[in-house]
Formats: sequence, structure tokens, C-alpha cells
Amino acid sequence: MSQALDMITRVRGVRGAMLVSAEDGIVVAEQLMEGIKGPAVAALAASLAGRLRRAMDAAGTGAAAFWHLQAEQGALLVVPGAGILVVAVAEPDVNIGLVRLELLRAVEAGL
Amino acid sequence: MDDIRALSAQLAQDPQSLVFLRLGEALRRKGQLEAALRVAMNGLERHPHLADAHDLYARILTDKHDYERGFDEWDMAVRIAPHHTGALKGLAFLYFKVGDIEQAEAHLAAAKRVEPDDPSIEQAIAMMRKGASPPEPSAAAADSSTAASPTAASSTAQAPQGSGLDEARVFAGLEGANEGLLLIDGAGRVLGGALKDRAGTDVTDTVAAYLAGVSQEAARTAKLLGLGAWTGLSAEGQQGNVHLAHPTSGALLLVVRERGMPLGRLAILAQRATLMARRWLEQQ
Repeated sequence: MSQALDMITRVRGVRGAMLVSAEDGIVVAEQLMEGIKGPAVAALAASLAGRLRRAMDAAGTGAAAFWHLQAEQGALLVVPGAGILVVAVAEPDVNIGLVRLELLRAVEAGL
Repeated sequence: MDDIRALSAQLAQDPQSLVFLRLGEALRRKGQLEAALRVAMNGLERHPHLADAHDLYARILTDKHDYERGFDEWDMAVRIAPHHTGALKGLAFLYFKVGDIEQAEAHLAAAKRVEPDDPSIEQAIAMMRKGASPPEPSAAAADSSTAASPTAASSTAQAPQGSGLDEARVFAGLEGANEGLLLIDGAGRVLGGALKDRAGTDVTDTVAAYLAGVSQEAARTAKLLGLGAWTGLSAEGQQGNVHLAHPTSGALLLVVRERGMPLGRLAILAQRATLMARRWLEQQ
């Protein structure tokens, strides 16, 4: 697990990465810069993932393989795995494509 | 009223105590919703990880017909305490209100697994199966001995309907205006556009209902991370991609396209749709 998080946090502009239980929004593992409220972010990310999943199911697009919340000063990137969300918190100028690849790799490697 | 005075005095003596739960509920029952709201919010500030506090806040919001935020708070209560029956019943009530009977039943069933001897849960399931709204939860799990639940504001609540505005014109001229673009308000009511799934079935109202609250949740997440205001949310699905944006603080725009359209291009399309939606909203 920590190796998977290492690979994600090595990408320039990534401020932290977490593994979150998709079911209850609890942090399973984390590597976060100081000041990031891991448990609260995890709970909200899981809640947002749940809403998105239900909306996307209803819209017929199937489950999300990757989602990305963009904000003025950064981004939250998420790849859902089996019962787990792999989450990265990033600076606004981060290479989104690269982070996405690392998140997908982490899930494919079974963490 | 004496109860309220006594509870207020207790809370004033010990602001950290959990007596705010009883005071908030007492005020709510008396219909003093603004006062109840202040008590609940103050309590939540001191006890942000207390499921009962989120449950109390949700009940007050639901009494104020702010179902979107009520859902968020009950959702948060269940995340903190997955076996919180008050929150499970609350979510069941709100799912029923948007017409999602399956989710409503699932939440009531989850509550029943926690409290198999609670007759009110079985009663709610039976009422729902007959097509009547299950009772709105009114008592915190921590205080299940309090008075009987009031009935829901409307026993025939249906999924949110369109607002009656000239919704066909919102995205006029934009590709997919009537099948892949949707504009909703903060409560999940359709303002314009329409959505169809891959089989061509109209899924506008269902998706709109599920998206209620997403804007607020995205805003909370971005704020908590110190990222400023959220500007968009892109997602790759197995059969399609979606992009969410908020043309105004109270509205949410959803763009849905085939999997073949890259997220970057989808974001550009969403930008155009956002501008059109903003202009249209300003004209209303």
C-alpha cells in the first residue's frame, strides 16, 4: 500500500495521496502533507463518489473509472477500486494525465 | 417551554455538553426552527464528528424543506456511524420523496437490522409499500424515548418536477441539447435540458435527483482542502464520460457524452454550455 502511495506522491505537484474505504469513507492509508485533514476529506470524497456513482448509473454511463474535482487552487483526483478509493490531492498545475495513470496503476496492481 | 429554559440554562453552564441535542430537538418540536438551527450548528461546531449532531441538524433542515442539505447531513451521520437508525430512516424518507423506493427500502431494511424490535421501522416499510410516505424521522437515536414522529409534510411527495420555465431553449443549438445536457437547481429540480440513457430512456428526473447536493459537497470538499472554489468535476465512466459545472452558485450543469469523447474536449463543451446556461438563467 505504501509503495502505491509513494508512486503517486512522487508526481510533481501532488500534495498527498490516500486509500479510502469506499463504503464508509474511512482512511485506510495516507501520505499527506501537513495541514490536509485526511479523515474529513476521505469522508467527503467517499460521499461524493457515492453520489456520482448513483447519478452515473442512472445516466447509463456505467461506474466511474476516474474522476477529477477541479478547483481554483488545486484538484482532487480519484480512481475507485474494489471497495477502495485511491485519492490524490494536487496543486493546480499538476500533470493530471500522469497522476491519473499512477492512480490507475495503483488500482490495477491491487495496491 | 420550561424544558427549553432548563436545557438552555444547562447548555449555558456547560457549552461543551451534549445537552444541545435535547435542546435542539425540543426547539424543533416547538416549531422554533431558526433557534433549533442555531443550537444544532453551534453543537456541530463543537462536535463535528458526532453522528447525533448531524442527525439533529438534518431533521431541522428537513422540517425547513431543505432536503438537499438534510440528505447531506444524514449521509454524513451514516458515514460517521453506519448503524445510526435515525439517519438511516431519514435517508429512507428522502429517497422516498425523490421516488427511489429501492433505496428507501434498503435504508429501512438496514435500520431494521440494527433495531429489529423497533415497530416504527416495520410500520414505515408497510406504509411505503402502500405508496404512502414513511414518517419523517423525528427523534435522535440517542433519545428514542421522545414523542411520536410527526408525519411527513406531504404523504404524496413525488420526484422533483421541472420548473415550468422555457427549458427547451437553454441549450438551443448545442449538440445533444435534448439528450445529454441537463441544468438543475440546488434541490435537484430540472431547469432545462434533458438526459437519455443508452437505450433512449428518459432519465432526466432520476439523475437530477441524485445530483442534488453534489454542488454543495464538491464545494465543501474543495474548501476543506484549501483549494478555493470548485470549478468543475469530470468523470470517466465505463460507457460514457460526464462533466459537472456550476453556471451560478445555485445551479448545476451536467454534460454527458460517449466514452470516445476525451475529458478535455468534454470540459470545453461544458464551458460553452455553462455560458449559455448562465445567460439563460440571467434572463429568467
